[in-house]
Amino acid sequence: MKPAAEVTNVLMVGVGGQGIILTSSILAAVAAESGLVIKKSEVHGMAQRGGAVSSHIRFGQKVYSPLIPAGEADILFGSELLETCRWLPYLKEGGKIIASLQKIDPPSVFRGEKPYPEGLVEKLKAKDPQLIAIDALKEAVGLGDARVAGIVLLGSLSKILDFNLQLWLDKVKEMVPKKAVEINLKAFQRGRELAGP
Amino acid sequence: MRKLLSGNEAVARGAWEAGVEVATAYPGTPSTEIVQALAGYPEVNAQWSVNEKVALEVASGAGYAGARSLCAMKHVGLNVASDPLFTLSYTGIQGGLVVVTADDPNLYSSQNEQDNRHYARAAKLPMLEPSDSDEARRFSKTAFALSEKYDCPVLLRLTTRISHGESLTELEERKMGPVLKKFDRNPSKYVMLPGYARPRHPLVEERMNRLKEFAETFPENRIEMGDKKIGIVSSGVAYQYGREAFPDASFLKLGMVWPLPEKLVKKFAGQVEKLFVVEELDPFLEDNLRMMGLDPVGKEVFPLCGELSPELVKQGVSGKGSVREINFDQAIPQRPPILCPGCPHRGVFHILKKLKVFTCGDIGCYTLAAQPPLNALHTCLCMGAGIGQSFGMEKALGKDARVVAVIGDSTFYHSGITALADIVYNRGKGTVLILDNLTTAMTGRQGHPGSGLDIYGQPSPVVELEKLVLGLGVKRVTVVNPYDLPLLEKVIQEEMEADEPSVIIARSACVLIPQFKGVRKKPVRVDREKCDGCKICLQLMCPALTWEAKTEPGKKRKGYARIDPLQCTGCEICLQVCNEAAICREDQ
Repeated sequence: MKPAAEVTNVLMVGVGGQGIILTSSILAAVAAESGLVIKKSEVHGMAQRGGAVSSHIRFGQKVYSPLIPAGEADILFGSELLETCRWLPYLKEGGKIIASLQKIDPPSVFRGEKPYPEGLVEKLKAKDPQLIAIDALKEAVGLGDARVAGIVLLGSLSKILDFNLQLWLDKVKEMVPKKAVEINLKAFQRGRELAGP
Repeated sequence: MRKLLSGNEAVARGAWEAGVEVATAYPGTPSTEIVQALAGYPEVNAQWSVNEKVALEVASGAGYAGARSLCAMKHVGLNVASDPLFTLSYTGIQGGLVVVTADDPNLYSSQNEQDNRHYARAAKLPMLEPSDSDEARRFSKTAFALSEKYDCPVLLRLTTRISHGESLTELEERKMGPVLKKFDRNPSKYVMLPGYARPRHPLVEERMNRLKEFAETFPENRIEMGDKKIGIVSSGVAYQYGREAFPDASFLKLGMVWPLPEKLVKKFAGQVEKLFVVEELDPFLEDNLRMMGLDPVGKEVFPLCGELSPELVKQGVSGKGSVREINFDQAIPQRPPILCPGCPHRGVFHILKKLKVFTCGDIGCYTLAAQPPLNALHTCLCMGAGIGQSFGMEKALGKDARVVAVIGDSTFYHSGITALADIVYNRGKGTVLILDNLTTAMTGRQGHPGSGLDIYGQPSPVVELEKLVLGLGVKRVTVVNPYDLPLLEKVIQEEMEADEPSVIIARSACVLIPQFKGVRKKPVRVDREKCDGCKICLQLMCPALTWEAKTEPGKKRKGYARIDPLQCTGCEICLQVCNEAAICREDQ
């Protein structure tokens, strides 16, 4: 996808508790194991639960800044629709989007002050006509555990990044909870199918 | 072997490789994971201390006895620990002592944005600043060696992006330091009576001169010559931003930010056409370069506040408005952190708001109660400040002033005890609410002296809150269930009216710790026939309570409250707040 000398920037966003930290750690491990230099940055803090979460993952032959400059994300990976749209300004022209259709109301919405914004998928599509939009939560529930939604999306991501499939599978196995390896592998596979050929 | 580690994990790894034996900390973002990681190494005796001052005292005691020790804290923690730090600079140590300060530019989880490089200069101590995880590991090791060679604590400064950023790190074996463990009976070195301390001061100054000489040849202070048109002096994550923005420029990369290598800096300045200092927060390097007689470009083009970024560096150096404006879509609602569903703090703030009292707050999850719609916490200054401030307000406004102090359990152990003693001693009548959720919740549920759990998750002796408070001389001590709103209201009213100090301990486990299991009940539900859409329950800001807009002919209400049974913990605070009895238990 890119000359070796360049840096690939993946911005992963979502809501606390959705597993963005896990998916970003798996991606980072895959990139590192592939022999690339990798930097990953996220902010922990105030939000125990329910706050916005973002993780910057950068890999290539040489990476300096741990932060993706605005407008230079190659891939925007979002596990919640509104959060994915929030970070849209970070996506470069021609960048790819992988978005879950899941909606989690922020406080002003659940308290009835504002509606959940409409037309978000269209907004994403305007930036990336090949947008991969998946009802990851529904898929995960279908597989038997809502918590694997992030891994479904990660499966889709694996289709557009140039890493060895076995490496992905190894890292998923290694990094998800021991009791849930099988269902996570299924979720990953399902995500690959949904991303298209 | 290389491994992907966060800066915090890498500091821990470096300390372990250096043979660290004792590690202490009070949890604080972004530093918490350092000593948490050290607790995972069996050779290390790690602990959560009651506060940063005690943490440093314990670590330095180990250092006096010859063990290598590490003490970690967030930037404001060093304010608390500064008292021992400044005089440790005089006494020195035996075993290496590394003091880690993790600063928080942009205040991701802090009450200010102070730049702790000033402490190095003020306390006359060397300070190292890594710019990625592998440097964090290496500098952590180097710091122990320097500490022993120069007989002083060494400061290791991180910032949020270094602490929580991950990059590949080399791993090396553990190797113990050369110092023997023993009592070192040497009063003129360790007893800082004026007569002993006075002759130590010149030794400190002499040490700093030797460290200045060392800095000139320290390999982590290095010139990276590139295009000579632009010369950038930088350190830490700012160096990475500078490199990202100007990969071909010349850099003086400083691994040691105090004391500074004057000759090296001047040599670099003489080799480049235009000299810049790229640093986050204060013009610390810049001011010192000016004192060397240099005239770098710094804060005139870079911001004093917040984090830097490659874009900001590019804009500052090139003088062009090249920062890509990030136009976040204003139509997208914000997602601020809020109290969890079932949080035991929620009801307390509902009652305080109802009683219209002025609430001197403190630092913890409960600080979130300051935000709308709760609007029920009116000050938050620093750890433990609320108790003393409430007493000051009582002094200023008279004993009838309707003011209370609210403080968490961990924060009370950290810095609240002395303030409460002050109220008792000085005949105050203050009312202090200790919100005891049995953990240090906001930083990720660490143990504290009242929690019964140590850093390893093992049972530990409990410093009992009630007995502690009684021992301080408070006669009116009440323990309440924070989910019982009528009781809470009655007790707060009564205690505020009392003409002597009182403590109300509102005790119930944080919803995120295992003890909450015994508290959790079945979710409650909304009876749609009874709900009149008044939204009073939504004022509680509970994520399980949502609004469903729906207008119906002949009805005044514009919708219903709705409860998400997956999120609801059955705390029943909303049930008690509802005036229409529209919220009921599942079986009703």
